[in-house]
Amino acid sequence: MGPVTAAVLQLAALIGALALCYIPFGTYMARVYTSDRHWRIEKWIYKGIGADPDTEMRWPAYLRGVLAFSLIGVLFLYLLQRLQGVLPGSLGFDSVDPAQSFNTAVSFVTNTNWQSYYGEQTMGHVVQTAGLAVQNFVSAAVGIAVAVALVRGFARSRTGEIGNFWADLVRGTVRILVPFATVAAVVLVACGAIQNFSGIHEVGQFMGGSQQWNGGAVASQEAIKELGTNGGGYFNANSAHPFENPTPFTNLFEIFLILLIPFALTRTFGVMVGSVKQGYAILATMFTIWLSFVALMMWTEFAHHGAALQAAGGAYEGKEVRFGIGGSSIFAVSTTLTSTGAVDSFHSSFTGLGGGITMLSMMLGEIAPGGTGSGLYGILVMAVIAVFIAGLMVGRTPEYLGKKIGAREIKLSAIYILITPALALVFTAASMALPTPPHSMLNPGAHGFSEVLYAFTSAANNNGSAFAGLNANTDWYNTMTGLAMLFGRFLPMVFVLALAGSLAEQKPVPATAGTLRTEKPLFTGLLVGAILIITGLTYFPALALGPLAEGLAS
Amino acid sequence: MNNSVTNTARLLGAGLRALLVLTLVTGVIYPLVVTGIAQAAFHDKANGSETKSQGKVVGSSLIGQQGYSLDYFQGRPANGLGSNSVNTRYKLILSGATNLAADNKVLIRQVQAARAAVVKDNSVPGYPVTPSQVPADAVTSSGSGLDPDISPAYAQLQVRRVAERNHLPVTSVERLVKDHTTGRTLGFVGEPRVNVLELNIALKDLTRGS
Repeated sequence: MGPVTAAVLQLAALIGALALCYIPFGTYMARVYTSDRHWRIEKWIYKGIGADPDTEMRWPAYLRGVLAFSLIGVLFLYLLQRLQGVLPGSLGFDSVDPAQSFNTAVSFVTNTNWQSYYGEQTMGHVVQTAGLAVQNFVSAAVGIAVAVALVRGFARSRTGEIGNFWADLVRGTVRILVPFATVAAVVLVACGAIQNFSGIHEVGQFMGGSQQWNGGAVASQEAIKELGTNGGGYFNANSAHPFENPTPFTNLFEIFLILLIPFALTRTFGVMVGSVKQGYAILATMFTIWLSFVALMMWTEFAHHGAALQAAGGAYEGKEVRFGIGGSSIFAVSTTLTSTGAVDSFHSSFTGLGGGITMLSMMLGEIAPGGTGSGLYGILVMAVIAVFIAGLMVGRTPEYLGKKIGAREIKLSAIYILITPALALVFTAASMALPTPPHSMLNPGAHGFSEVLYAFTSAANNNGSAFAGLNANTDWYNTMTGLAMLFGRFLPMVFVLALAGSLAEQKPVPATAGTLRTEKPLFTGLLVGAILIITGLTYFPALALGPLAEGLAS
Repeated sequence: MNNSVTNTARLLGAGLRALLVLTLVTGVIYPLVVTGIAQAAFHDKANGSETKSQGKVVGSSLIGQQGYSLDYFQGRPANGLGSNSVNTRYKLILSGATNLAADNKVLIRQVQAARAAVVKDNSVPGYPVTPSQVPADAVTSSGSGLDPDISPAYAQLQVRRVAERNHLPVTSVERLVKDHTTGRTLGFVGEPRVNVLELNIALKDLTRGS
């Protein structure tokens, strides 16, 4: 069997596994967020927080909860890194400097996990497990909470109430993320991922001498890093490191974990709005884009255009033998079309077009299938835009799921889709225009520009992967990518929650013969088109200067 | 005004308590439970899959090593490996890739130099290696710089050199490579590979035994 056939079979197996889990897992998540019973452990947690989980919130209160919890998260993680030097269990590592601590704190709270530090030489056990890994859980739970709040906006009528933030946060963590991450972590250890709290120790080498390793709670972090679409690696090499991703099977398993929640949330959505077909239409949109991008990636990576790759006879630079071109291509697309940013191979050494695909994947807003929660609310906002465009074509007031899409809804959605492109492009332009930031580039020519464009696209979209040759540990990049991550995460949430509140207040309009049927393939086609055209037009000039220039020259 | 300050303080207090409680659940209990299961059920794997040669630990079967002499099988290049620059009291290995672009001249030179070296090292009298025989993994650096594996093609290319230098019959070295070749998982997941450390340990046993 050739590598291409094997890659296609891997893809088929992955799709099969996701399909098997879609209905039970998506339905389970819907039950988590609609059940009116509390688990005993959850009652203890609510008592600890001092919050009543049964109080319904209007959107401003929900938003205040999100922002207060996230602000505390940033401060706590910042202090933890600043104090690392005096904390026990830190492998003797020093405190992290202020700019890098700010960047890392923001990065993990915003579900980005951009890393300007080298994991194995910077972060000790306490910061990794009690700081970074905690945000892997709760930032994912916050994302799902906001998505569920938007879904409630569609599902409810004549109320402004969209749920209770504390209840959604706790249930997502306790009922979804912790149990499934525990199972996944044990699977990873069984395959060879490490899980210990030993210090730095010397291990002999075959030819004599020794090497130094650090231990760590790697498998437990790896599991939630993928399941929560976070992406921050324990080690610098992220999921290319054999201790994080030891075998071809774990590679496929990690891709499965990345995609599990984002795809299944469309089922949750369908169940909660009372029409699973609406969920299928959104799923079909996500799946179409994801599968096409995987196919394109495999084509360009197997073809290995680019002088150095031609000289090598294959696109193996930055890729591991055990995963091969196929496994690396599926991983690269899945990590950038979600908000994960974990990597099992290094995108900077992909073909020019392959690198462009990873960038375009993020630029689409990470909605196919997107991050945990952020993917669903991102694509629902695009669906509102698509319905509006269709309404303009036929001259009718647009409706979606029985709600009128009026001027207020369109304004909120339009501002939402402008935020991340504005952040990515303005910060990139500023970095190119100033004298010092371009010095961080590793590669010359178009690829050097791509490194900067990739960095801010990744930060603004909360992805976290990189063309990692860029030296991002400077005050400029630590501060500016930090701001891009903050604004790229929380400004869109403001508009999503406002939209949720506005929809929840409406009374439903009955469907008529003239209503656009949003559960039909026609709508899926319209939505795919709207996503590609809106994003394409926004980013095309920047893509032409970077990856397209590089890819077409080779 | 006073009221809104109180409300904000109350909200931030709730946020802080929520973070502390969830830190206990996800940052303390969760990793300890996973570590407990891992250490009880998969003790060796959880501690890094250490491998022994003739009674001595010589590394991890998962972590590729540099610096094998030409008597042994060679791993992949690792031009992206770094050394610890922050906590210099340790000599930690810093995993990583080169991140060089597909059209970067530095990368082209690295690939060409590696190919020339592979051709030179592995050509034995009567059996010259041609540049087109050298597989891609032999001339490129991996993503982690710690790739423990090489392709079966690269291992096969080294058989004659290793046999000659160790005064072993070619067929027995070939058999050794075959025995240490792992196929795709379930026949289609990943790529066929040869673990360099394990192969070299077996080679050492063979030369000591003969």
